[in-house]
Amino acid sequence: MSAATTNQAGAPRSTRRAPWPGRAGHGFVAAYLLLLIAFGVVPTVYAVYFAFTDGDGGFSGLSNFATAARDFRYLPAIGHVALYLVFWLAALVIFVVGLSLLLHRLSARGVSRALRFLYYIPGALAGAASVMVWLFLLDPTVSPASFLLRALGYDTFGQVIAPGHLPILFTLIAFWTGAGGWIVVMYGALNNIPHDLIEAARIDGAGAWQTARRIQIPLLRKWIVYMVILAFAGGTQLFVEPQLLSQASVGVAGRDYSLNQLSYDFAFQNNDVNTAAAISVELLVVGLVVAALFVARSGFFDAD
Amino acid sequence: MPTDTRTALSHAAPVAGTRPPGGERTRRRGHLARNPLPALVLALFVVFFVLPVLWLVLAATKTDDQLVHGNPLSFGSWHALRANWDALTAYQGDAIFLWLRNSALYSFAALVITLAVAVPAGYALAMTEFRGRRTLLIATLVVMLMPNATLVVPLFLEINAVHLIGSMWSIILPYSFYPFGVYLAYIYFSTALPRDLMDAARLDGCSEFGAFRRVALPLAAPIVALVGFFSFVANWTNYFLPYVLLPESNQFPVQVGLGTLLDDVPQFNPTVGNLAVQRPELALATLLAITPVLVVFLFSQRFLVAGMLAGATKE
Repeated sequence: MSAATTNQAGAPRSTRRAPWPGRAGHGFVAAYLLLLIAFGVVPTVYAVYFAFTDGDGGFSGLSNFATAARDFRYLPAIGHVALYLVFWLAALVIFVVGLSLLLHRLSARGVSRALRFLYYIPGALAGAASVMVWLFLLDPTVSPASFLLRALGYDTFGQVIAPGHLPILFTLIAFWTGAGGWIVVMYGALNNIPHDLIEAARIDGAGAWQTARRIQIPLLRKWIVYMVILAFAGGTQLFVEPQLLSQASVGVAGRDYSLNQLSYDFAFQNNDVNTAAAISVELLVVGLVVAALFVARSGFFDAD
Repeated sequence: MPTDTRTALSHAAPVAGTRPPGGERTRRRGHLARNPLPALVLALFVVFFVLPVLWLVLAATKTDDQLVHGNPLSFGSWHALRANWDALTAYQGDAIFLWLRNSALYSFAALVITLAVAVPAGYALAMTEFRGRRTLLIATLVVMLMPNATLVVPLFLEINAVHLIGSMWSIILPYSFYPFGVYLAYIYFSTALPRDLMDAARLDGCSEFGAFRRVALPLAAPIVALVGFFSFVANWTNYFLPYVLLPESNQFPVQVGLGTLLDDVPQFNPTVGNLAVQRPELALATLLAITPVLVVFLFSQRFLVAGMLAGATKE
């Protein structure tokens, strides 16, 4: 974890940290530690235990992972999530960075602030609510954008939610609810770029595009990486969108679409918690590795 | 409290609106006037982000027939809104209120515990030295970056093993475990609380707990609001955890309740019989489900900006 300590400019406390006598620190963190163990560590250990045992509690090696991998829904689910991630991450990077740059160039600060807030509003509909809204929006009979759907040749809800469209539709939903928050973050990061730098570029004759490409975007890089990492980790956990969509289409679209759904179905449809745990462990490893690598390598967090 | 989060997190969080104004304004305006494309793109995205919300609000005021045949962006009638309200509240005998009440119960109980746990923990991580401090901090960062859906199925296995399935604590306690809140508190205390102040309190004879209670806690109002905001929004909008952990419909939070309603909408599920929920009722229910979060958003824009940035910065 040495990289985490490199970024200490502006954090003088680390040199001044005077050890306090006694053990009061433990008292202050005790409750948190308890929750961390109960709802962070124990479920992880428990899932690993289940993943490597059979129904009777005997050690079963990798057989649960093999069961999961042999399931006809397993590889397609990985493919679905991977494809969704491609669209979702591309949309996020292109539009969030693009819109933030445009907002940052706006001369009227009030307008820029208002737009950022408007973009952020769908964040309030995170979770099931956003899926409800999009079920309506994607139904040509009631959608306010039905002219668009019809222009694309889709006259029924069933045509819109054809399997091939799902990665794009889930991207739309995720982007609609999540992009606003990231725009707020990127805008803040743009504000952090010293004004002199932008000014110097302008004096050197750089236009808006050149400034963005050669100065702003490179300086945003670590923020973009942060966004991509978090969005990637979150995207692998896809659940609520396909789950509700499969409900809304009576299982036609979105059933067992993602790995989390598959894990859920193994646990609750097949009563096979061991295979469910195996899939959970795989997802857990992805989340854990991504998070740990990021904390250790990015220098983003200063953990003294 | 005089200290607001902006100053507290100032070196970490570049808060909107700090860009120096200047003579370039006019130049920029001139530039924009020459090229209408940026304004057009920005406006287009306003439509993309806001129109669905607007449509949702209007949909609740219509009959299903108006929803299909009327102008999508027209107001239906107060009468239809009233009828939708009556039909929705009659669904399974006040189920919608029960769900909203459950959501409120889970979110607020978790909020209280989160604050009681996260603020002292963040304080200890920032201001005291103890064995395992660094390990705890790193663990917090890692768990904070992991999506909270990761642990849902494992949590189910654990809660099932201790026979707590169906208890409201099976929701409230996992909600109360909120590493991001601890991290926010840690950042706040380590940047905003002068160490000298704590040393002075200690010299004056304060015990460590006394120093926390008399000096740190009174200064912690901004972080209480900030952690509270994020915890509330995260828990109110959580779907996966209660969906997996709660077996009974009368325990559902409103997010999961929406899914139940959806199952009874004939246009989405042709097999439903006389239980049918009309689409405008579903729209109204969705609207009710998001109102608390929307209200919180409107009143705490500033927290939101500061917090989202603080979540990721120490420069």
